[in-house]
Amino acid sequence: MTATIAPDREATLPTPTRRSTQRRRRSRPLRWVILAAAIVVALVMLAPLVLLVLNAFKTGGDYSAHGPLALPTEWSLKSFQDYLDRVDFLRALWNSVVIATLVALLGTLVSLLSAYAIGVGRVRGSTALLAVFLLATMLPQEALIYPLFYGAQATGTFNTVWSVIIVFTVLQAAFGTYLLSSVMSTLPPSLLEAAALDGAGRWRILWSVVYPVMRPTLSVLMVFFFVWTWNEFYIPLILLSDQSVQTVPIALATLQGQNSIDITSLNAGSLLSLLPTLIFFIIFQRTLSRGVTVGSVK
Amino acid sequence: MTTAALTRRRTRPRSAGYWLYLLPMIAGTLLIVLLPFAVNVFISLFRWKGGVAPMRWNGLQNYVDLLNDAQFWLAFKNTIFMIVGIVVIPTLLGLLLAAMLFDYIGREFGGKAAAFLRATYYLPQILPIAVAGFIWSWVLATQNGLLNSVIKALGVTSPPDWLGDPNIAIYAVMLMLIWLQLGYPVVIFMAALQRVDPELYEAASLDGAGWWRRFRAITVPQIRPEVFVVVITATVGALKVFAPVLILTGGGPEGSTVVPSYYSYRNFFELSKVGYGSAIATAMSIVIFAVAGVMLWLQRRSAREEAVG
Repeated sequence: MTATIAPDREATLPTPTRRSTQRRRRSRPLRWVILAAAIVVALVMLAPLVLLVLNAFKTGGDYSAHGPLALPTEWSLKSFQDYLDRVDFLRALWNSVVIATLVALLGTLVSLLSAYAIGVGRVRGSTALLAVFLLATMLPQEALIYPLFYGAQATGTFNTVWSVIIVFTVLQAAFGTYLLSSVMSTLPPSLLEAAALDGAGRWRILWSVVYPVMRPTLSVLMVFFFVWTWNEFYIPLILLSDQSVQTVPIALATLQGQNSIDITSLNAGSLLSLLPTLIFFIIFQRTLSRGVTVGSVK
Repeated sequence: MTTAALTRRRTRPRSAGYWLYLLPMIAGTLLIVLLPFAVNVFISLFRWKGGVAPMRWNGLQNYVDLLNDAQFWLAFKNTIFMIVGIVVIPTLLGLLLAAMLFDYIGREFGGKAAAFLRATYYLPQILPIAVAGFIWSWVLATQNGLLNSVIKALGVTSPPDWLGDPNIAIYAVMLMLIWLQLGYPVVIFMAALQRVDPELYEAASLDGAGWWRRFRAITVPQIRPEVFVVVITATVGALKVFAPVLILTGGGPEGSTVVPSYYSYRNFFELSKVGYGSAIATAMSIVIFAVAGVMLWLQRRSAREEAVG
C-alpha cells in the first residue's frame, strides 16, 4: 500500500510550494464554511447560558416589560438578593462541598485499595467481582432508592449528609475499581517483584510503588467523582428532604416549583449554582479532557 | 533475608492477604447495592402502600399488571426517543464535529481554536442537571420562553406550545438531551483521533480522497473502539433518563413524556404504590442488563475481529 503510493507521490505531485498554493486555493471557500458551521454549533450551545447570565442581572419588572432577549435596561443585583433571601445558599454550598469532597477522597481511596487486590493481587474470583461492580454502575437508582430510603431512616442517617456520602462513595468506587484494576493489571510485574524481594510487604508496596505510578489516574478519578457527586440529583432529592442538608442543585430544584418566585431570581440562582462547577471545570480543564480519554479505556 | 522472603512467599497462598483490601468495597457493595436491590425485588412481589401499611403478598401479579399497562409500554416507547436524543443524534453529530475540529479546523486555524470550540460543546456536560433542567424549562416555556421569543421575533405569530402539546412535548425533551449530550462524544472522539496515524490521512488525501471519503474510510473505522464505548454508556444513560423528564414535563402533558424511571418514581412517591414501582424498577434493571450485555458482547467480538484481521 505505502509502496504503491510513494512513487506515485513523486510522479504526480508538483513541488511543495505549488502544492500548498494549489491546496489553499481549492479549499479556501470551504474552510470558512466549515469554520462558520462549527461556530454556529458553538453559539447554539452557548446561547441559553449567555441569556441566563443576561437575565440574572435584570429585575423582575424589566423582564416582564422587555422579554428575555433584551439587554437589561439597568444591571441590577436584585434578583441575586431575592434568591439569597429564599435559599440559605451558603449552607447548601457547604453541604455540597462536604459531600463532594468526602466522596471524591473516600471513593478514590476505596477504588485504589480494591483495584490493588484485583489488578495486582489477582485474588480468586476477581472477574466475577468486576462483573458485579460493572452491574452496580449500570443499575438504575430507582431500583435502590426505596430500600436506601428506609435504610437511611433505620440507621438515623436520613436527612444527614452521611447517607449520601456513603451511598456515593460506594457507587463511584464501583466505577473506580473497574477502571483502576484494568490500569493496574498492566503494571510490569518486575517492578513489584523487585520491591517484594527488598522485603516490602503489601501495604508498603501499595504506597511506595503502586501509588506513585497511579497518581495521575487517581487525580483524574478524583476530579470526576467530585463533579459527578456535586451534580447528582435523584438520590440527594430523596435522602435530603430537609432544607438544612440540601445540596446546591436540590435547593434550586425545590424553589423552581414555587409560582411566587420571579424567573429572574431563578436565573440568578441557576447562575450561582453552576458557578462552582464552572470554576472547577476551568481549573481542571486539562485534567478533565485527559480524564475522558482514561474513561474510554473501559 | 532474600531467601527468607522467598520461602515466606512460597508457604503462604499468594493472594489470601489481599482480601483485606477488598473488604470496604465488598461490604459497601453488599450494603448499598446488592442488599437494596434484593429488597427491591422482594418488595415487587407485594402490594404495599409503603410505611407502616401492611404488605400483602401478590406473587408475580405486579409483573402481569405491568405487561397489561398501557402507560408502562408508552414509557418504553418513549425510551426509544431518549435513545435517539442521547445516543443516535449526538454520536453521529459528534463524529462529524470531532472530525471537523480535528481534521480541519485544528489544521487550518490552529489547535487553540479547536480546543476552544470543543470546550463550548462540552460545557453543558458539567452543569448540574437541576440547572440544565431549569434552563430548558425556560427555553421551552410558551410565554416568554427563549425559543418562542426568537420564533416570534422572526415573525411567527403562534409558536408551538413545546411542553404543553402532547404531540410535540417528547421532541422538546429530546432537544434538551441533544444539547446536554453532544459534548461527550465530541471530546472522546477527538481524543481518539489523536492516536490515528497522520500518515493515513496524508496518504489518502494525496490519493485524491476528499474529506468525506477520508471520514468514512479512515476516521470512523479507526476510532471504532471509542464509538462502542460512547454508544454503550450513552444507551445505558438513555434507558435511565429521569431528571430531565421530572424537571421539564413531570411526565405530562397527558402522560406523553413518561419514561420508565419517572413512572417508577411516580408510583413510589406520588401514588404510594411501592410494590408496583419496585416491579417497574426491576423490569428496567433487567432491560438495562440485557441491552448492555448484548452490546458488550458485540464490542468484544468486534475487538477480537480487529485483533485477528
